[in-house]
Amino acid sequence: MIYLDNAATSWPKPPGVAEAMVHFLDEVGANPGRAGHRLAVEAGRIVYNAREAVAELFNAPDPLRIAFGPNVTEALNLALRGLLRPGDHVITSSMEHNSVMRPLRALERQGVELTVVGCSREGFLDPADVVEAAIRPQTRMVALNHASNVVGTLLPVAEVGRICRQHGLLLLVDAAQTGGAYPVDVQADAIDLLGFTGHKSLGGPMGTGGLIVGERVDEKRMEPLKRGGTGSRSEHEEQPDFLPDMCESGTPNAVGLAGLEAGVRWVLERGVEAIRAHEVALTQRLIAGLCAIPGVTAYGCRDAELQTATVSFNIAGVEPSEVGLRLDDEYGIMCRVGLHCAPAAHRTLGTFPVGTVRFGLSAFNTMDEVEAALAAVGELAKEAR
Amino acid sequence: MTSEEYTVILVYSTSYAIRAEKILREAGIESKLIPVPRHLSSSCGVCVRIARSSQEAALRALQQAGLEVDSVHDV
Repeated sequence: MIYLDNAATSWPKPPGVAEAMVHFLDEVGANPGRAGHRLAVEAGRIVYNAREAVAELFNAPDPLRIAFGPNVTEALNLALRGLLRPGDHVITSSMEHNSVMRPLRALERQGVELTVVGCSREGFLDPADVVEAAIRPQTRMVALNHASNVVGTLLPVAEVGRICRQHGLLLLVDAAQTGGAYPVDVQADAIDLLGFTGHKSLGGPMGTGGLIVGERVDEKRMEPLKRGGTGSRSEHEEQPDFLPDMCESGTPNAVGLAGLEAGVRWVLERGVEAIRAHEVALTQRLIAGLCAIPGVTAYGCRDAELQTATVSFNIAGVEPSEVGLRLDDEYGIMCRVGLHCAPAAHRTLGTFPVGTVRFGLSAFNTMDEVEAALAAVGELAKEAR
Repeated sequence: MTSEEYTVILVYSTSYAIRAEKILREAGIESKLIPVPRHLSSSCGVCVRIARSSQEAALRALQQAGLEVDSVHDV
Protein backbone atom coordinates (compact mmCIF):
# COMPACT_ATOMS: atom_id res chain seq x y z
CA MET A 1 0.00 0.00 0.00
CA ILE A 2 1.43 3.35 -1.04
CA TYR A 3 -0.32 6.46 0.20
CA LEU A 4 0.17 9.43 -2.14
CA ASP A 5 -2.85 11.53 -1.17
CA ASN A 6 -1.03 13.67 1.35
CA ALA A 7 -2.04 16.92 -0.34
CA ALA A 8 -5.57 16.15 0.83
CA THR A 9 -4.74 14.66 4.23
CA SER A 10 -1.39 13.39 5.43
CA TRP A 11 -1.06 9.79 6.52
CA PRO A 12 0.50 8.20 8.45
CA LYS A 13 0.70 10.70 11.30
CA PRO A 14 3.97 11.35 13.13
CA PRO A 15 4.70 9.22 16.20
CA GLY A 16 3.16 10.72 19.32
CA VAL A 17 0.05 12.20 17.68
CA ALA A 18 -2.32 9.33 18.42
CA GLU A 19 -0.77 8.94 21.89
CA ALA A 20 -1.41 12.59 22.72
CA MET A 21 -5.04 12.22 21.68
CA VAL A 22 -5.50 9.02 23.67
CA HIS A 23 -3.91 10.73 26.68
CA PHE A 24 -6.37 13.58 26.36
CA LEU A 25 -9.38 11.29 26.14
CA ASP A 26 -8.28 8.88 28.84
CA GLU A 27 -6.59 11.18 31.34
CA VAL A 28 -7.86 14.73 30.81
CA GLY A 29 -11.11 14.85 28.89
CA ALA A 30 -12.60 18.01 30.43
CA ASN A 31 -13.76 21.21 28.77
CA PRO A 32 -10.92 23.73 28.42
CA GLY A 33 -11.76 27.18 29.71
CA ARG A 34 -15.18 26.30 31.04
CA ALA A 35 -14.44 25.55 34.68
CA GLY A 36 -11.71 26.00 37.25
CA HIS A 37 -11.14 22.42 38.28
CA ARG A 38 -7.85 20.66 37.65
CA LEU A 39 -8.95 18.71 34.59
CA ALA A 40 -10.48 21.76 32.92
CA VAL A 41 -7.29 23.72 33.61
CA GLU A 42 -5.16 20.88 32.27
CA ALA A 43 -7.31 20.76 29.12
CA GLY A 44 -6.80 24.52 28.81
CA ARG A 45 -3.05 24.03 29.13
CA ILE A 46 -3.07 21.44 26.34
CA VAL A 47 -4.96 23.81 24.03
CA TYR A 48 -2.60 26.64 24.96
CA ASN A 49 0.44 24.45 24.29
CA ALA A 50 -0.91 23.79 20.80
CA ARG A 51 -1.15 27.56 20.32
CA GLU A 52 2.48 27.94 21.34
CA ALA A 53 3.65 25.16 19.04
CA VAL A 54 1.84 26.69 16.05
CA ALA A 55 3.19 30.15 16.94
CA GLU A 56 6.73 28.75 17.07
CA LEU A 57 6.41 26.98 13.72
CA PHE A 58 5.14 30.07 11.89
CA ASN A 59 7.16 32.58 13.96
CA ALA A 60 3.97 34.27 15.13
CA PRO A 61 4.82 36.72 17.94
CA ASP A 62 1.68 36.21 20.05
CA PRO A 63 0.12 32.75 20.62
CA LEU A 64 -3.07 34.48 21.78
CA ARG A 65 -3.57 35.93 18.31
CA ILE A 66 -4.16 32.45 16.91
CA ALA A 67 -7.83 31.56 16.52
CA PHE A 68 -8.31 27.82 16.33
CA GLY A 69 -11.06 26.33 14.21
CA PRO A 70 -11.89 23.09 12.43
CA ASN A 71 -9.79 23.63 9.28
CA VAL A 72 -8.20 26.17 6.96
CA THR A 73 -11.49 26.69 5.11
CA GLU A 74 -13.07 28.19 8.21
CA ALA A 75 -9.94 30.26 8.84
CA LEU A 76 -10.06 31.70 5.31
CA ASN A 77 -13.78 32.35 5.61
CA LEU A 78 -13.17 34.17 8.89
CA ALA A 79 -10.49 36.38 7.36
CA LEU A 80 -12.42 37.16 4.16
CA ARG A 81 -15.96 37.43 5.48
CA GLY A 82 -14.81 38.92 8.77
CA LEU A 83 -12.81 41.79 7.32
CA LEU A 84 -14.14 42.65 3.85
CA ARG A 85 -17.12 45.00 3.49
CA PRO A 86 -19.15 46.11 0.47
CA GLY A 87 -17.12 48.69 -1.44
CA ASP A 88 -13.79 47.11 -0.45
CA HIS A 89 -11.58 45.73 -3.21
CA VAL A 90 -9.71 42.45 -2.84
CA ILE A 91 -7.11 40.85 -5.10
CA THR A 92 -6.55 37.12 -5.49
CA SER A 93 -4.86 34.81 -7.99
CA SER A 94 -6.15 32.47 -10.65
CA MET A 95 -4.52 29.54 -8.82
CA GLU A 96 -6.79 29.57 -5.77
CA HIS A 97 -8.62 26.71 -4.16
CA ASN A 98 -12.37 27.07 -3.76
CA SER A 99 -11.82 27.71 -0.04
CA VAL A 100 -10.75 31.21 -1.12
CA MET A 101 -12.62 31.51 -4.40
CA ARG A 102 -16.11 30.58 -3.19
CA PRO A 103 -16.19 32.99 -0.21
CA LEU A 104 -14.82 35.70 -2.53
CA ARG A 105 -17.46 35.04 -5.19
CA ALA A 106 -20.15 35.23 -2.49
CA LEU A 107 -18.68 38.50 -1.18
CA GLU A 108 -18.62 39.82 -4.75
CA ARG A 109 -22.40 39.36 -4.91
CA GLN A 110 -22.63 41.42 -1.70
CA GLY A 111 -20.71 44.36 -3.20
CA VAL A 112 -17.06 43.52 -2.57
CA GLU A 113 -14.97 44.23 -5.69
CA LEU A 114 -12.78 41.30 -6.74
CA THR A 115 -9.81 41.14 -9.09
CA VAL A 116 -8.47 37.71 -10.02
CA VAL A 117 -4.90 38.15 -11.21
CA GLY A 118 -3.94 35.69 -13.91
CA CYS A 119 -1.04 33.29 -13.36
CA SER A 120 1.10 31.59 -15.99
CA ARG A 121 0.39 28.07 -17.24
CA GLU A 122 3.07 26.90 -14.81
CA GLY A 123 1.09 28.50 -12.00
CA PHE A 124 3.48 31.40 -11.39
CA LEU A 125 2.31 34.81 -10.21
CA ASP A 126 4.35 37.87 -11.16
CA PRO A 127 4.16 40.06 -8.06
CA ALA A 128 5.57 43.32 -9.40
CA ASP A 129 3.71 43.64 -12.68
CA VAL A 130 0.43 42.05 -11.85
CA VAL A 131 -0.43 42.76 -8.24
CA GLU A 132 0.72 46.38 -8.35
CA ALA A 133 -1.24 46.95 -11.54
CA ALA A 134 -4.39 45.65 -9.85
CA ILE A 135 -4.18 47.84 -6.72
CA ARG A 136 -6.85 50.56 -6.46
CA PRO A 137 -7.64 53.17 -3.79
CA GLN A 138 -10.34 50.84 -2.34
CA THR A 139 -8.06 47.79 -2.24
CA ARG A 140 -7.95 46.38 1.25
CA MET A 141 -6.55 42.88 0.99
CA VAL A 142 -4.60 40.45 -1.16
CA ALA A 143 -5.55 36.80 -0.64
CA LEU A 144 -3.17 34.14 -1.98
CA ASN A 145 -2.43 30.49 -1.53
CA HIS A 146 1.18 29.86 -0.61
CA ALA A 147 1.30 26.85 -2.91
CA SER A 148 -1.17 25.37 -5.35
CA ASN A 149 -3.05 22.30 -4.16
CA VAL A 150 -3.10 21.07 -7.77
CA VAL A 151 0.52 21.40 -8.93
CA GLY A 152 2.35 22.67 -5.86
CA THR A 153 3.66 25.84 -7.52
CA LEU A 154 4.77 28.30 -4.83
CA LEU A 155 3.46 31.85 -5.02
CA PRO A 156 5.80 34.72 -4.08
CA VAL A 157 4.05 35.62 -0.83
CA ALA A 158 6.99 37.49 0.72
CA GLU A 159 7.33 39.77 -2.31
CA VAL A 160 3.59 40.38 -2.36
CA GLY A 161 3.75 40.95 1.41
CA ARG A 162 6.25 43.76 0.91
CA ILE A 163 4.03 45.32 -1.76
CA CYS A 164 1.05 45.06 0.60
CA ARG A 165 2.97 46.86 3.36
CA GLN A 166 3.92 49.65 0.93
CA HIS A 167 0.29 50.12 -0.07
CA GLY A 168 -1.29 49.63 3.37
CA LEU A 169 -3.03 46.39 2.37
CA LEU A 170 -3.51 43.22 4.37
CA LEU A 171 -2.02 39.98 3.05
CA LEU A 172 -4.00 36.81 3.69
CA VAL A 173 -2.10 33.59 2.95
CA ASP A 174 -3.60 30.13 2.66
CA ALA A 175 -0.82 27.90 3.97
CA ALA A 176 -2.78 24.65 3.67
CA GLN A 177 -0.20 23.15 1.32
CA THR A 178 2.97 24.60 2.85
CA GLY A 179 2.57 24.68 6.64
CA GLY A 180 5.03 22.12 8.02
CA ALA A 181 6.49 21.27 4.59
CA TYR A 182 7.98 24.59 3.50
CA PRO A 183 9.26 27.46 5.64
CA VAL A 184 6.54 29.95 6.54
CA ASP A 185 7.49 32.96 8.66
CA VAL A 186 4.64 35.40 9.17
CA GLN A 187 7.04 38.16 10.23
CA ALA A 188 9.73 37.76 7.57
CA ASP A 189 7.14 37.12 4.85
CA ALA A 190 5.00 40.12 5.92
CA ILE A 191 1.89 37.95 6.28
CA ASP A 192 -0.96 39.63 8.18
CA LEU A 193 -3.37 36.70 8.19
CA LEU A 194 -2.25 33.09 7.89
CA GLY A 195 -4.76 30.27 7.48
CA PHE A 196 -3.40 26.84 8.38
CA THR A 197 -4.82 23.37 8.63
CA GLY A 198 -3.73 20.66 11.02
CA HIS A 199 -4.36 17.53 9.00
CA LYS A 200 -1.80 17.93 6.22
CA SER A 201 1.92 18.60 6.76
CA LEU A 202 1.46 19.72 10.37
CA GLY A 203 0.85 16.05 11.10
CA GLY A 204 -2.28 16.61 13.18
CA PRO A 205 -5.74 15.12 12.95
CA MET A 206 -8.66 16.36 10.86
CA GLY A 207 -10.81 18.96 12.58
CA THR A 208 -7.92 21.23 13.53
CA GLY A 209 -6.74 24.45 11.93
CA GLY A 210 -6.85 28.14 12.49
CA LEU A 211 -6.05 31.71 11.61
CA ILE A 212 -3.02 33.65 12.79
CA VAL A 213 -4.06 37.29 13.11
CA GLY A 214 -1.17 39.74 12.81
CA GLU A 215 -0.74 42.99 14.68
CA ARG A 216 -1.72 45.05 11.62
CA VAL A 217 -5.20 43.53 11.69
CA ASP A 218 -7.67 45.42 13.87
CA GLU A 219 -9.66 42.59 15.41
CA LYS A 220 -12.23 45.09 16.66
CA ARG A 221 -13.23 45.44 12.99
CA MET A 222 -13.34 41.68 12.41
CA GLU A 223 -16.74 40.00 12.45
CA PRO A 224 -16.58 36.50 13.93
CA LEU A 225 -18.25 33.77 11.84
CA LYS A 226 -20.14 32.56 14.87
CA ARG A 227 -20.96 33.78 18.35
CA GLY A 228 -21.56 31.91 21.57
CA GLY A 229 -20.02 30.72 24.77
CA THR A 230 -16.33 31.36 25.27
CA GLY A 231 -15.84 30.77 28.99
CA SER A 232 -14.91 34.44 29.30
CA ARG A 233 -17.00 37.54 30.07
CA SER A 234 -19.89 35.28 30.93
CA GLU A 235 -21.81 38.13 32.50
CA HIS A 236 -22.18 39.76 29.07
CA GLU A 237 -24.66 38.79 26.38
CA GLU A 238 -22.40 40.46 23.81
CA GLN A 239 -19.55 38.57 22.17
CA PRO A 240 -16.07 39.33 23.56
CA ASP A 241 -14.03 41.61 21.29
CA PHE A 242 -10.57 40.19 21.98
CA LEU A 243 -8.57 37.35 20.48
CA PRO A 244 -8.72 34.43 20.51
CA ASP A 245 -12.03 34.17 22.40
CA MET A 246 -14.01 36.35 19.97
CA CYS A 247 -13.41 33.78 17.23
CA GLU A 248 -13.55 30.58 19.28
CA SER A 249 -17.14 30.23 20.43
CA GLY A 250 -18.27 26.79 21.43
CA THR A 251 -16.35 23.86 22.85
CA PRO A 252 -13.10 23.48 20.92
CA ASN A 253 -11.66 20.29 19.47
CA ALA A 254 -9.28 19.92 22.40
CA VAL A 255 -8.53 16.27 21.68
CA GLY A 256 -7.65 17.22 18.11
CA LEU A 257 -5.50 20.12 19.30
CA ALA A 258 -3.63 17.72 21.61
CA GLY A 259 -2.80 15.73 18.48
CA LEU A 260 -1.97 18.89 16.54
CA GLU A 261 0.54 19.97 19.17
CA ALA A 262 2.26 16.57 18.96
CA GLY A 263 2.34 16.80 15.16
CA VAL A 264 3.80 20.31 15.16
CA ARG A 265 6.35 19.35 17.82
CA TRP A 266 7.46 16.47 15.57
CA VAL A 267 7.81 18.88 12.64
CA LEU A 268 9.82 21.30 14.80
CA GLU A 269 12.03 18.51 16.07
CA ARG A 270 12.72 17.10 12.63
CA GLY A 271 12.97 20.62 11.18
CA VAL A 272 11.02 22.11 8.29
CA GLU A 273 14.25 22.47 6.28
CA ALA A 274 15.03 18.76 6.63
CA ILE A 275 11.48 17.78 5.72
CA ARG A 276 11.64 20.11 2.74
CA ALA A 277 14.98 18.63 1.57
CA HIS A 278 13.54 15.10 1.75
CA GLU A 279 10.44 16.11 -0.19
CA VAL A 280 12.42 18.03 -2.82
CA ALA A 281 14.54 14.93 -3.51
CA LEU A 282 11.44 12.74 -3.91
CA THR A 283 9.65 15.35 -6.01
CA GLN A 284 12.62 15.80 -8.32
CA ARG A 285 12.69 12.07 -9.03
CA LEU A 286 8.90 11.90 -9.41
CA ILE A 287 8.78 14.78 -11.92
CA ALA A 288 11.77 13.51 -13.92
CA GLY A 289 10.34 9.99 -13.96
CA LEU A 290 6.87 11.12 -15.10
CA CYS A 291 8.28 13.39 -17.81
CA ALA A 292 10.33 10.47 -19.18
CA ILE A 293 7.26 8.24 -19.69
CA PRO A 294 5.89 8.52 -23.26
CA GLY A 295 2.25 9.60 -23.20
CA VAL A 296 2.47 11.22 -19.74
CA THR A 297 2.05 14.98 -19.34
CA ALA A 298 3.06 16.57 -16.05
CA TYR A 299 1.63 20.01 -15.22
CA GLY A 300 2.83 23.07 -13.39
CA CYS A 301 6.38 24.33 -13.14
CA ARG A 302 7.94 20.83 -12.95
CA ASP A 303 10.77 22.16 -10.83
CA ALA A 304 10.97 20.62 -7.35
CA GLU A 305 12.71 23.71 -5.97
CA LEU A 306 9.82 25.98 -7.01
CA GLN A 307 6.96 23.83 -5.78
CA THR A 308 5.77 21.59 -2.98
CA ALA A 309 5.75 17.79 -3.15
CA THR A 310 2.46 17.75 -5.07
CA VAL A 311 2.61 16.68 -8.72
CA SER A 312 -0.26 16.54 -11.22
CA PHE A 313 -0.20 14.61 -14.48
CA ASN A 314 -2.33 12.83 -17.05
CA ILE A 315 -1.85 9.77 -19.21
CA ALA A 316 -2.85 10.34 -22.86
CA GLY A 317 -5.98 8.44 -23.72
CA VAL A 318 -6.95 7.51 -20.13
CA GLU A 319 -9.36 9.46 -17.95
CA PRO A 320 -7.89 10.56 -14.58
CA SER A 321 -10.66 8.65 -12.80
CA GLU A 322 -9.66 5.45 -14.61
CA VAL A 323 -6.00 6.00 -13.70
CA GLY A 324 -6.92 6.52 -10.05
CA LEU A 325 -9.10 3.42 -9.94
CA ARG A 326 -6.46 1.19 -11.53
CA LEU A 327 -3.64 2.57 -9.37
CA ASP A 328 -5.69 1.70 -6.29
CA ASP A 329 -7.07 -1.66 -7.47
CA GLU A 330 -4.00 -3.07 -9.21
CA TYR A 331 -1.07 -1.37 -7.48
CA GLY A 332 -2.34 -0.34 -4.04
CA ILE A 333 -1.43 3.29 -4.80
CA MET A 334 -3.77 5.89 -3.37
CA CYS A 335 -3.95 9.28 -5.03
CA ARG A 336 -6.53 11.89 -5.94
CA VAL A 337 -8.03 12.49 -9.37
CA GLY A 338 -10.24 15.17 -10.91
CA LEU A 339 -10.50 18.90 -10.35
CA HIS A 340 -9.19 19.06 -6.75
CA CYS A 341 -11.70 21.77 -5.68
CA ALA A 342 -9.81 24.36 -7.71
CA PRO A 343 -11.52 25.08 -11.06
CA ALA A 344 -9.70 28.41 -11.50
CA ALA A 345 -6.33 26.70 -11.12
CA HIS A 346 -7.27 24.04 -13.66
CA ARG A 347 -8.31 26.73 -16.16
CA THR A 348 -4.94 28.42 -15.61
CA LEU A 349 -3.06 25.15 -16.08
CA GLY A 350 -5.15 24.11 -19.10
CA THR A 351 -6.54 21.02 -17.35
CA PHE A 352 -10.19 22.11 -17.06
CA PRO A 353 -12.63 20.29 -17.08
CA VAL A 354 -10.85 16.93 -17.30
CA GLY A 355 -8.68 17.45 -14.23
CA THR A 356 -5.53 15.56 -13.35
CA VAL A 357 -4.11 12.65 -11.44
CA ARG A 358 -2.42 14.07 -8.36
CA PHE A 359 0.39 12.53 -6.33
CA GLY A 360 0.92 14.34 -3.04
CA LEU A 361 4.03 13.23 -1.17
CA SER A 362 4.84 13.66 2.50
CA ALA A 363 7.78 13.41 4.87
CA PHE A 364 6.90 9.73 5.33
CA ASN A 365 7.12 8.69 1.68
CA THR A 366 10.28 6.99 0.45
CA MET A 367 12.21 6.88 -2.80
CA ASP A 368 11.19 3.23 -3.20
CA GLU A 369 7.54 4.28 -3.12
CA VAL A 370 8.19 6.94 -5.74
CA GLU A 371 9.90 4.35 -7.96
CA ALA A 372 6.98 1.94 -7.51
CA ALA A 373 4.50 4.68 -8.44
CA LEU A 374 6.54 5.58 -11.53
CA ALA A 375 6.66 1.95 -12.59
CA ALA A 376 2.88 1.66 -12.21
CA VAL A 377 2.23 4.84 -14.23
CA GLY A 378 4.70 3.55 -16.84
CA GLU A 379 2.74 0.30 -17.24
CA LEU A 380 -0.62 2.09 -17.51
CA ALA A 381 0.80 4.52 -20.08
CA LYS A 382 2.33 1.70 -22.11
CA GLU A 383 -0.97 -0.11 -22.17
CA ALA A 384 -2.78 3.02 -23.39
CA ARG A 385 -0.42 3.57 -26.32
CA MET B 1 -7.82 26.25 55.98
CA THR B 2 -4.68 28.15 55.30
CA SER B 3 -3.85 31.38 57.00
CA GLU B 4 -1.70 32.58 54.08
CA GLU B 5 -2.79 35.75 52.35
CA TYR B 6 -3.34 35.64 48.62
CA THR B 7 -3.70 37.96 45.69
CA VAL B 8 -5.76 36.98 42.69
CA ILE B 9 -5.05 38.37 39.25
CA LEU B 10 -8.01 38.45 36.88
CA VAL B 11 -7.23 38.23 33.18
CA TYR B 12 -9.52 38.25 30.17
CA SER B 13 -9.83 34.55 29.46
CA THR B 14 -8.54 31.10 30.28
CA SER B 15 -5.95 31.33 27.50
CA TYR B 16 -4.57 34.45 29.19
CA ALA B 17 -4.59 32.74 32.57
CA ILE B 18 -2.58 29.80 31.25
CA ARG B 19 -0.13 32.14 29.59
CA ALA B 20 0.16 34.05 32.88
CA GLU B 21 0.86 30.78 34.70
CA LYS B 22 3.72 30.05 32.27
CA ILE B 23 5.17 33.55 32.55
CA LEU B 24 5.11 33.37 36.35
CA ARG B 25 6.68 29.91 36.37
CA GLU B 26 9.51 31.20 34.19
CA ALA B 27 9.93 34.09 36.62
CA GLY B 28 10.13 31.63 39.51
CA ILE B 29 6.82 32.72 41.02
CA GLU B 30 4.46 30.05 42.28
CA SER B 31 0.88 30.39 41.14
CA LYS B 32 -2.33 28.41 40.96
CA LEU B 33 -5.22 28.75 38.55
CA ILE B 34 -8.50 28.84 40.45
CA PRO B 35 -12.12 29.59 39.53
CA VAL B 36 -12.79 33.33 39.62
CA PRO B 37 -14.29 34.09 43.07
CA ARG B 38 -17.93 34.97 42.61
CA HIS B 39 -17.69 38.29 44.49
CA LEU B 40 -15.07 39.54 42.02
CA SER B 41 -16.70 38.58 38.75
CA SER B 42 -19.38 36.28 37.43
CA SER B 43 -17.05 35.07 34.69
CA CYS B 44 -16.97 31.29 34.46
CA GLY B 45 -13.25 31.28 33.77
CA VAL B 46 -10.18 30.92 35.92
CA CYS B 47 -7.87 33.47 37.50
CA VAL B 48 -4.32 33.37 38.79
CA ARG B 49 -3.78 33.10 42.54
CA ILE B 50 -0.40 34.00 43.99
CA ALA B 51 0.97 34.65 47.46
CA ARG B 52 0.39 38.29 48.32
CA SER B 53 4.10 38.65 49.05
CA SER B 54 4.92 38.00 45.37
CA GLN B 55 2.32 40.40 43.96
CA GLU B 56 4.76 43.11 42.92
CA ALA B 57 7.16 40.71 41.21
CA ALA B 58 4.30 38.87 39.51
CA LEU B 59 2.71 42.00 38.07
CA ARG B 60 6.10 43.16 36.85
CA ALA B 61 6.74 39.81 35.14
CA LEU B 62 3.34 39.87 33.43
CA GLN B 63 3.81 43.45 32.31
CA GLN B 64 7.25 42.69 30.89
CA ALA B 65 5.77 39.78 28.93
CA GLY B 66 3.05 42.07 27.58
CA LEU B 67 0.16 40.21 29.17
CA GLU B 68 -2.79 42.47 29.87
CA VAL B 69 -4.27 42.18 33.36
CA ASP B 70 -7.95 42.86 34.04
CA SER B 71 -7.79 43.54 37.77
CA VAL B 72 -5.91 42.59 40.93
CA HIS B 73 -7.55 41.71 44.26
CA ASP B 74 -6.47 40.70 47.72
CA VAL B 75 -8.38 37.73 49.00
